[in-house]
Order: sequence, then structure tokens, then C-alpha cells
Amino acid sequence: MSAATIVSLPDQSTARVPKMNFLTRENGLLSWLLTGDHKRIATLYLISITFFFFIGGSLAGLIRLELLTPQTSLMAADTYNKVFTMHGVIMVFLFLVPSVPATIGNFVIPLMVGARDLALPKINLLSWYLYVIAGCMVIYTMAAGGVDTGWTFTSPLSTHYLNTHVISTGLAIFVAGFSSIFTGLNFIVTIHKMRAPGMTWLRLPLFVWSNYAASILMVLGTPVLAITLVLVVLERTVHIGVFDPAYGGDPILFQHLFWFYSHPAVYIMILPGMGVISEVVSTFSRKRVFGYTAVAFSSVAIAVFGFFVWAHHMFIMGISNYAALVFSLLTMLVAVPSAIKIFNWAFTLYKGSITFETPMLYAFGFMGLFTIGGMTGVFLGSTGTDIHLTETYFIVAHFHFVMVGGMLMAFLSGIHFWWPKWTGRMYPEKISQFAAVVTFIGFNFTFFPQFILGTLGMPRRYAAYPPEFQALNVFSTAGATILGIGYLLPILYLTWSLKYGAVAGNNPWQATGLEWQIQSPPLTENFPVIPIVDHEAYDYEWLERQQEKEVASVG
Amino acid sequence: MSDSTATASGAVAEAHHEHPPYQRHHFESVDQQFDATNFAMWLFLLTEIMFFGGLFTAYLIMRNWYYPAFVEASHQLNIGWGTANTGVLIVSSFTMAMGVWSAEMRKKGMLILFLSLTWILGMAFLGIKSIEYHEKWVKHHVPGLHWSDSSFLNPASDPEVYKEYHDKPLAPDMAEKTGMYFFLYFAMTGMHALHMIIGISLLTFMIFRARQGAYTTGHVTYVENFGLYWHFVDIVWIFLFPLLYLISRY
Repeated sequence: MSAATIVSLPDQSTARVPKMNFLTRENGLLSWLLTGDHKRIATLYLISITFFFFIGGSLAGLIRLELLTPQTSLMAADTYNKVFTMHGVIMVFLFLVPSVPATIGNFVIPLMVGARDLALPKINLLSWYLYVIAGCMVIYTMAAGGVDTGWTFTSPLSTHYLNTHVISTGLAIFVAGFSSIFTGLNFIVTIHKMRAPGMTWLRLPLFVWSNYAASILMVLGTPVLAITLVLVVLERTVHIGVFDPAYGGDPILFQHLFWFYSHPAVYIMILPGMGVISEVVSTFSRKRVFGYTAVAFSSVAIAVFGFFVWAHHMFIMGISNYAALVFSLLTMLVAVPSAIKIFNWAFTLYKGSITFETPMLYAFGFMGLFTIGGMTGVFLGSTGTDIHLTETYFIVAHFHFVMVGGMLMAFLSGIHFWWPKWTGRMYPEKISQFAAVVTFIGFNFTFFPQFILGTLGMPRRYAAYPPEFQALNVFSTAGATILGIGYLLPILYLTWSLKYGAVAGNNPWQATGLEWQIQSPPLTENFPVIPIVDHEAYDYEWLERQQEKEVASVG
Repeated sequence: MSDSTATASGAVAEAHHEHPPYQRHHFESVDQQFDATNFAMWLFLLTEIMFFGGLFTAYLIMRNWYYPAFVEASHQLNIGWGTANTGVLIVSSFTMAMGVWSAEMRKKGMLILFLSLTWILGMAFLGIKSIEYHEKWVKHHVPGLHWSDSSFLNPASDPEVYKEYHDKPLAPDMAEKTGMYFFLYFAMTGMHALHMIIGISLLTFMIFRARQGAYTTGHVTYVENFGLYWHFVDIVWIFLFPLLYLISRY
């Protein structure tokens, strides 16, 4: 690694984290539990989703341990079903969906658009409480014996055959859904109505655009999942309903309604991550994002197309050939805006002054792994290959490349990128670069073998498998161990940095966004005076001029 | 929460221009506050449309599959009560609109009057609905809890409905599917009634606040946004009424 860096920190012998900031403004538990400040709510969210990430991650560890041997050696098949279901439920609804929007988005979107807070602070707090209630219900479910339907709640399995805690899980997801609706609603209103003077739509940072697109999906998609789960719960309680064929219902209807949300949900998960990557790639190449407008509108295009591809989850479930054909074609279409993003990031790098700080390393990880994840998605979108590959480990590898390799990398990239703004202190650079590399290596060891396993025909969701698959499974489990270390490291050194990290100053990355022009950590009201925006996003020349005019001041 | 926001930004708020007490501190102006909350309400109603949309989809598919069962089951609904309830809701929307107008005109007495009228009409709707639900219970038309399909296997056993429609007996497997109709009937009207109950609870709170003069000082956002919600719940019923009560009468 070269010594080249863009990090510019204040003189450490004199610099102090500002005494007055959103963290120190008020003390006591109640000042946190009743806060309306988007930055505090983001902090609460960060703590809670990290907690659930570690529960979900431990369950993933158990899955990989069980799959170390071909027999069911660690746990019974029933238990295994519950473990992978809880892993899916927690990771999807309690980690991935709120990960970037509710934490990083909550923290930086008002700062980026030049507002004092989100438009509806009480609704924002309500969203966090709903999340916590949903989390408690999930923990209750686990304590009470778990649920083993898979996170997809496929009917009639979930409504007729199983006798596990489908109702409490369903209600938990219902509540979590409203938490996500309120976050999305708040973002849309804030982005429409709270922008600072001069902050036109095409001056918004791309992170804002991608969260806007994700919010559209949250607002329009999540209610459909909510009503679907209500119907599942009703069907289980009164033993009549619209999904179970035994009562004259239509299980395909369940699939349509479920995937009408749950396919767009994967874009809810990935779009905010793409926004992080745009910010990071631009900052660490010292260049405006290539084709800003195309990247901005590609987010919206993904959101719109995302609503018209859900039936590609149902190619083997008895939809008509014609429907499969149309949905297959529409699915290919989503690859276009996704590719626009990847190509534009690549062109942003071209002739940029690239440096390799930790957020950038994670961003590189994202770009590579998301490309593989996305391309394998095209395999699965083609009806012919899908029939061979669906319900195998190929699917598992595909969505983990997108969700873990993509979204989780983006989340970690964003956490490192905005950590100095959030806490006023830098994370330790060397060890975090090491963690980023460990994560990347561990990830590939874990999930790449699963592509091969899938093409060889190993089905997903079984506790046992034929012995000839063992070598690759051992690889995968070994990789998961490395990956686990990669995720433990940040929580250790980030906690350490809260007290011992170098003082960051306002703008350690010399980045252009409005959030970097104010103190770190910000004041409760963000901006003492609402800024007037007179420059485009990622305008590094504007930043140079600002710094020339700036009088050296004490922090 | 409002306390903490207020103390947090109090220093800044004093530093610039004066603003009315109901303006939240993170907004630059009252107009912005109104615009933002109003827009948020419309977005929320959009999510509600998607929420009910799932039920309507399920209804339309099942109705296509089990058409005869849906026709005969629909005959069991009391069109008189249904029409009365539609009238009650439409009038309540009118009184609600008048309530918003009174708030805008800063007429406190009229605001309380119209909110109370809306409250009474909302309760009347729920009252009529509970009469209908009771009738279903008595006739064993509550699927899963209190159910029998005898009135569809042998329509003549229910002379009141029979003399009006002369329904033919349904085959047992089709008669069973009337349970699907009633399941959807209870799910859809139940979800609608839940929204009514939430609305009436909010109205109770608003009448209390209106007596303290909260909405007649120029700050009508709350009343106006609640009005949007109330009209939306009304509109849902406007779709439920023909789909459940009228669709098989020709």
C-alpha cells in the first residue's frame, strides 16, 4: 500500500472533539429514548441492527458448522430448519432492510440536503420503536421454539402443515414492515420538501437519490407484504383463507403477493448501498461521479423495473409459460441500470487520483462481488437455466454475493466513511484495511464454492448432503470462519476508536458534501445557519475555493 | 420528545425571526411545515391503497374462481343496512369537510360541532356494522368460528332470502366456498372497521383539543390531514359496498 492518502486531520496536539455536539447536548437515558434528533435515532438504530446482525451471524455460523459434515451431526434436521429460517428472517427484515437507510441514511440525508432534521421526527422515533418491538417478537419466537418455514413463509407449508411459531414471526415482520414504511415515507417527504435553498434535484448527492428510490419501494411494496402476512395469520387462526388449497385458496396468489414485496425488497436492500459506493468512489478518486444524471436516474429505473419482475421467483411454481417469458425479459431489463452504475463507477475511477483508505477497499469489494452476484442473477433470470439452478446452492451463493458481498460491504464502507462525522474520531486505518481484506477473502472462500455446489445439484435448506459435496462445504465453512473474524474486527476497533481514535476535524476526507462542511460530530440542529447551495454535487473545484477563503480557526 | 427538540434548538430559534408557537423548530417556515406534513399524509394514504390492494386482489381472484358461491353468499348481506351505512359515511365525510372549513375559518364552536357530528356518524356506522356482524353470527356465517353452509346447500331453509332471490341449491363443494366469501367479507370490512375505530379514537382526541382552541389559531394541519384520512376510509367503503353487496344483483 502506497503512502498516498487524502486524509487531512487537524493538529492532534491541539485538536479537540467539539464539546457541544448532538451526542453531548443532553444526557441521560430518557434524552435518548425520547429524542427527535435524526442523528440520535440513527445511533439507536446502529446499535440495534448491530445486535441483530450478530444474532443472525451466529445462526449463520451454526448453519455452516452443521454443513461441515454430510450427516446431521450438530443438530437435528428440524432444528436446522429453524436455524436457517431465523437466520433469514433476522438478516432480511431486521438487518438488511434497515441497515443503510435507517442508520447511515437517517444520519446523513438531512445533512446532505441541508435540513435541520427529517421532516417527521416523531414518526422517525416511532419507526425505531416499531423496529425494537419487532425485534423483541423475533427473540420471543426464538425463545418459544422458533419457526421453520424459511423466511419466505411459503403457503400451504406455513398455513397448514407446520406447527411452529408462524403467527408471532408473521406479526413481527408486519410490525417491522411499518417501521420501514415510516422510514421511507420520512425520506421521501424530507427529500421533496426540506432541501436547502439552491439544492436542486440534480445537485443532490447520489446517496440521496438512491435512498429516494429505495424509499419508493418501501412505501409501495411493504404494505402488500403486511396484508399478505395478516392473511396468513388469519388463515392459521380461523382455518379458512385464500392461500391454502385445502380451503379452496390459491397458493400461487400467496407467491404473487409475497414476491410483489419481497422482490422489490432486494432493491430496498441494495440501492442505499449503491448510494454509499457513489459517495465513496467519488471521494477517493477526487472526481465527480461519471455520468451523474445517468447514475441518479438509474436508481429510479431500478426502483420502477423492480416492481415488474417479481414472478421470476416463481418460474417453477406453475405460472404460465407466457408469464415466465415476459417476466424473464423484464428481469434482464434490471441488469441495464445496474450495469450503468458499475460502468459509471469504473469510469469515475479512470484517471482519478485514487487512494486506498478503508471505505474505498470495501467499495472495490462491493464492485467486484456485486458484479458477480448481478451476473449470476441474469443466469437465474433466464427461464431455462433457472429450472436447473433454482432451489440449489447456486441461488444461495447468488443472493449472498449481492446481499453480503454487495450490501454488507457497502454498509461497512459507509460506516467507515461517515464514522469520523458521526463520532468526531477516526477509526484506526491499518487494522481496518486489514479487516476489509480479511472480509473480502473470507467472503469469497465462503460463497464461491456454493456456486459450484449449486451447479453440481446440491439443494438448499437441507441439513444433510451426499458425501461427495463435503470438500466444497468444508471450504465454505472455513471461509465463514475467516469472514466471522472480518466482521468481529470492526466492532472491536470502532468501539476502541470512540475514545482513542485520532480527532477527525470537520472534513478528514476533503469531501464536498454539505455534511462535511460542518463540525464533527454535528450540532443537534445540524446547521447554525441553513446553507445556500451554489455548486453541483462532487464539485472539487468549489471545495478548493472554499478552503482558500477559509481562515484557519480553532475547533 | 418535543421537549428535547425544543431545548436543543431553542438557542438557534431565538437567534432568527419570530414564528408562531405551532411551528416545529426544524422547519424554516409554516408553509414548509404544512407542505411536508400534508405530502406525508398523501404518501401514507398511498401505502394504505397498497395495503387494501392485496385484499381486493384476493377478492377478485376468488370471486372469479367461485362465482356461484360468491353470488349466493352475497345475497345473504342486508342491502338495506349496507345502503344506510354508505349514506352515513358519505354524510360523515361532508361533516368532516365542514370541520376542516370551520378550522380554517377559525370558528371554534362550529369546529367542535362538526367534529362531534363526524364522531357520531362514525359510531353509527360501527353500530350498523355490528348489527350486520351479529346477524352473520346468528346465521352461522362466520367462517372458522361459527359456521355452517346449510343455507347454501338448502336455500329454502332461509325463507327471507329465498323469497327474494330463489337461489338454487349449491353443490356441496361449491357451497363450502361460500366460506371463502365470508372470510373475505370479514377480512375486508373488518380491516375497514379497524380503520374507522382508529379514526374515531383520533376524533375523540381532536374534539378534546378543539375545545382548548388548538386548531382555530391558524394551525389547521392536523385537522386537514385527519380529514384526508377520514375521506380515504370513506372511499375504501365506496369500493367495498358494490363489491360485497351489489355486484351480484342484476
